[in-house]
Amino acid sequence: MDFATVIQILDSAVRLMTPLLLACLAGLYSERAGVFDIGLEGKMLMAAFTSASVAYATGNAWLGLLAGIGGAVAMAGLHGLASISFRGNQLISGVAINFLASGLTVLLGQKIFGLGGRTPSLSGAARFGEITLPFADTLRPVPVIGPIYAELISGHTILVYVAFAMVPLTWWVLYRTRFGLRLRAVGENPASVDTAGVSVTRLRYGAVMICGVLCGIAGAYLATGISAGFVKEMTAGRGFIALAALIFAKWRPWSALFATFLFGLMEAVANRFPNLDLGIITVPSMFMNALPYILTVIILAGFVGRAIPPRAGGEPYVKER
Amino acid sequence: MERMPKWADVILTPLISLALAFGISALVILAIGESPVEALKVMVQGALGSSYGWGFTLYYTTNFVFTGLAVMVAYHAGLFNIGGEGQAALGGLGVALVVLALPWPHWALALPAAAMGAALFGALWALVPAWLQARRGSHIVITTIMFNFIAAALLNYVLVNLLRPVGSMDPASARFPAAVHLPKLSDMALGLGIEWGRNTPANVTFFVAVAACVLVWLLIWHTRLGYEIRAFGKSEPAALYAGISPVRITVLAMLISGALAGLMAINNVMGEAERLMLNAVEGAGFIGIAVALMGRNHPLGVLLAALLFGFLYQGGGELALWTSIPRELIVVIQALVILFTGALDNMVRMPLERLFTALRRKGA
Amino acid sequence: MPAAGALHGAPAIELRGISKAFGPVQANKDIDLVVPRGTIHGIIGENGAGKSTLMSILYGFYRPDAGEILIGGKPIAIADSQAAIRAGIGMVFQHFKLVQNFTVLENVILGAEDGGLLRPSLSRARGALKRLASEYGLQVDPDALVEELSVGHQQRVEILKALYRQADILILDEPTGVLTPAEADHLFRILRGLRDEGKTIILITHKLREIMEITDNVSVMRRGEMVASVKTAETGPAQLAELMVGRKVLLRVEKPPARPGAPVLEVRGLRMVDADGVERLRGIDLEIRAGEILGIAGVAGNGQTQLLEVLGGFPEAGAKLQGEIRLNGKPLPLGGAGADGRARRQAGVGHVPEDRQAEGLIMDFTAWENVAFGYHHAPEFQNGMLMDNAAIRADAMGKIQHFDIRPPNPDLAARNFSGGNQQKIVVAREVERNPDLLLIGQPTRGVDIGAIEFIHKRIVALRDAGKAVLLVSVELDEIMALSDRIAVMFDGRIMGERLADEATTGDLGCLMAGVDPALTPPEAAIPPAAAPGTDAGGGAG
Repeated sequence: MDFATVIQILDSAVRLMTPLLLACLAGLYSERAGVFDIGLEGKMLMAAFTSASVAYATGNAWLGLLAGIGGAVAMAGLHGLASISFRGNQLISGVAINFLASGLTVLLGQKIFGLGGRTPSLSGAARFGEITLPFADTLRPVPVIGPIYAELISGHTILVYVAFAMVPLTWWVLYRTRFGLRLRAVGENPASVDTAGVSVTRLRYGAVMICGVLCGIAGAYLATGISAGFVKEMTAGRGFIALAALIFAKWRPWSALFATFLFGLMEAVANRFPNLDLGIITVPSMFMNALPYILTVIILAGFVGRAIPPRAGGEPYVKER
Repeated sequence: MERMPKWADVILTPLISLALAFGISALVILAIGESPVEALKVMVQGALGSSYGWGFTLYYTTNFVFTGLAVMVAYHAGLFNIGGEGQAALGGLGVALVVLALPWPHWALALPAAAMGAALFGALWALVPAWLQARRGSHIVITTIMFNFIAAALLNYVLVNLLRPVGSMDPASARFPAAVHLPKLSDMALGLGIEWGRNTPANVTFFVAVAACVLVWLLIWHTRLGYEIRAFGKSEPAALYAGISPVRITVLAMLISGALAGLMAINNVMGEAERLMLNAVEGAGFIGIAVALMGRNHPLGVLLAALLFGFLYQGGGELALWTSIPRELIVVIQALVILFTGALDNMVRMPLERLFTALRRKGA
Repeated sequence: MPAAGALHGAPAIELRGISKAFGPVQANKDIDLVVPRGTIHGIIGENGAGKSTLMSILYGFYRPDAGEILIGGKPIAIADSQAAIRAGIGMVFQHFKLVQNFTVLENVILGAEDGGLLRPSLSRARGALKRLASEYGLQVDPDALVEELSVGHQQRVEILKALYRQADILILDEPTGVLTPAEADHLFRILRGLRDEGKTIILITHKLREIMEITDNVSVMRRGEMVASVKTAETGPAQLAELMVGRKVLLRVEKPPARPGAPVLEVRGLRMVDADGVERLRGIDLEIRAGEILGIAGVAGNGQTQLLEVLGGFPEAGAKLQGEIRLNGKPLPLGGAGADGRARRQAGVGHVPEDRQAEGLIMDFTAWENVAFGYHHAPEFQNGMLMDNAAIRADAMGKIQHFDIRPPNPDLAARNFSGGNQQKIVVAREVERNPDLLLIGQPTRGVDIGAIEFIHKRIVALRDAGKAVLLVSVELDEIMALSDRIAVMFDGRIMGERLADEATTGDLGCLMAGVDPALTPPEAAIPPAAAPGTDAGGGAG
């Protein structure tokens, strides 16, 4: 494997990890606030559809992005309603949201575009273009650093950079701001927040809405960044891989970056080498595809470092007498 | 003091939730410019209006009974088994291996063996998440989701690399021999001299499903194991106090749950497709969640809810055929049923409780 | 008493006609209360008398159905906790509202931050804590994680939280339930200091001794009503007790002298280390004879729970056990398949657990299903491969009659019975089996007076039938009234044993604090001031 191939695989990994990273951070906000979210998949799917539809109608990727955020936030609102206001089962609500998105996107897509659930192909300003960073071409001939800068770091859509910027931002919000302190507190012991005179409901809704926004960006990236339009079930389980990455990262922002990169890399390798020949054994691509899930199960099993979720996670808050 | 009468809790709440789910579904149909009444007519006509429609409806019902019972048994143990999809897929592998391994002389011999294979494989696929939950505290919802994906990858591998007959491009196993062909309900009706449901996939497995309902009912409410499963599901500390082993109950409940999900394969793999194909489960594992929730985790409720979803499934297919409404409408309805009966149930229950309290105060 | 001097101006708190109902239950009925500024005011009442509801109303958790709240003479509406905090009310809950994996500092500023960024708030709070620590003796390491603090220190964090928010009125709900006597003494010193600085303190408790020791005034609640408000100096425990229950209390249970027979339970060198590596039982030696009640006294969290769980066959997961248990001379296994609750029952051990709602009952099961709970393997409840539900129902009907469980409806879910009737279901189930050994934990917690007497009589009757009883209770009065012998547990050990007739509360109190008056010179018997690190038994929760 030569250097150019490595760069190509890494570049592909960065593209593939972007939606995972965004969705993973989305889940991080929600779950750190004590609201479990297995509906990341559905929110991303809905966002992919609404963003592609609006981007197609307006020819503007930015409006598409807004619509994507709107679609995902609507789903997040539903999750909030069920799991915060009505103290319902958060897992069941997540399942419902996944199906709702899966059905509604095709239903609406067929009604609007009549293409069996697809949107028409996007082109030009309806997609997010790749940004060439300054001096990319100048630096390209420089050995090692040149290709890394020009191929790997430069040449992604704005949303990729947004996703990466979200990692330090999330860390800062979580550990350096009042909102972050309250958010973490409400996920560990909502009564502590409530008795301090801060509304648990409002905090949790806030977290769930941020989760919606980030899922919206992730979905918009899928439909208007990495591909050119919406295709039925285009999230293809990424929401669940993001969930796996979140557990893998033990609900921490920097670890989330690492985990999603790892999972993105696995997918990139599986795409590049359907049958990876390691000399002794040949690894089928199916194994590489299943690897994130297998790793997550191993992490969950606690054999390699234990993943302890936020203490109040999954429990609706009821005031004690 | 009871907040509201039992009948209201058991019947009224789910009925109102269901009405809300279907009401919103009707609005969705209106929103895409179709008539809900017309759609309902097409669905009723297509799913229940002929023996042909019934033949499909009952076939789907059979699938959903198994997956619904699977979710239900786990639910009584306080476990949310979201892995019915993977367990049913593995059940299919069990069926295929059993059927293709031996030259079965007659279906009546092959069926119990295949059922054993299906149940065993489904149960084994549930065993790992169960064990991890019981011994390591790994959240079973997450592990069963992961196992669905792992199952899909595993099946993909097995079908492409191991079970695929030489020369075939299809990621599917070889056809099952004719001798293990399960009698269709239409064949059985013909045997009684009735022309019913020709060319429909409903088969003898339907009776197995009904029998499974009765057995699960006995298990949950009339055996010590069922008593312990319910006790553990309601309160783990109390179970410990009573000498009920959480590990044993978690593992047993999930084994039974996985076996039930796996059993679905004798309907779709052995009874219908007669070979193992990729993605044979087609989401039935997830529909089991809706069925169990709607059926209030009671076998009779599960049977009725499975029938409803069987109707929706077949009706949805007819809709796609005769109108411009895609069959994904069913997925939306399924989502709304799960949402209203499983996650938004308090939205219905809280006002009802207030109503009954007010009524009682007035009466007192 | 400095309280008398603080009566100038309007009272700190005045409640007028407060009422609150939860569905059909009237939790507070037309409550009037006046708390003068700069006093410690006790509110006393049995469990369920409505004390906590009243305080929750003051803290904005509930809106009263009727009535008026005046703070400093001005009527205000307390819509939520934020409003309560603004009005200068601080609350220390029975169950602390702390974030376990936050530092003390983070917990203190939570909800009272100065701005969007944490850094300025944290440094201001650090200064404030230092000041409060020196002023009131509230020392806590500001950078320690709460989960690493002892219970006593966690309580200080709660008080600091309130003071940091400039609270003038401090409400403490059953603050000493989890404290050792030494920790409680320290707490009281802090409270007196706060009062002398002009703060107003409301102390909610059901312990008469505390009321007498520290309060200036006391109000008594019974069944949702405020039945009396008096100066503490002008009343006494007997009068307060009578006011609490509405009639003369029989603090002694009528029981014939014990006639102990052969040893039923023998425990030798029992040790238990929990999953976190904390040694909860440090070598317990016990003996209970037939026809004898052994009471285990002690502050909650000193290993009583673990002792009951180990004897009952359900120690917490991951616990390591050592030692010897014999029942009627035969050794009982400590761990493994033969040591679970079921095996214990078969060996003749009945068990009324400390927490009936979490352990003793399945709250969603019907009464008849609960009557078989733990005994569902009994041969008389089987019918071939199935359970004989009819037989279980018949058995349940009998127990409902014998124990006068109300309403006498076996199909009602356990959660729909009152606390006393729930407890009767559990006691009926365990006692009617005539176990050789009955383990019974907190038999009357949250149980009404009528049921208490009934349950006490059944325990004594079991003893008189020649059975052995191990009674664990944090209520010293109950221990002293019921037991033939009393063992005091402290920090996982038996500190000492007394015959019930010869025991005094002072003597037992010393043992509960970890001091053996028989072994130490008199001056050392006074519990030392709870300097950090001496909070023995802390962290047990």
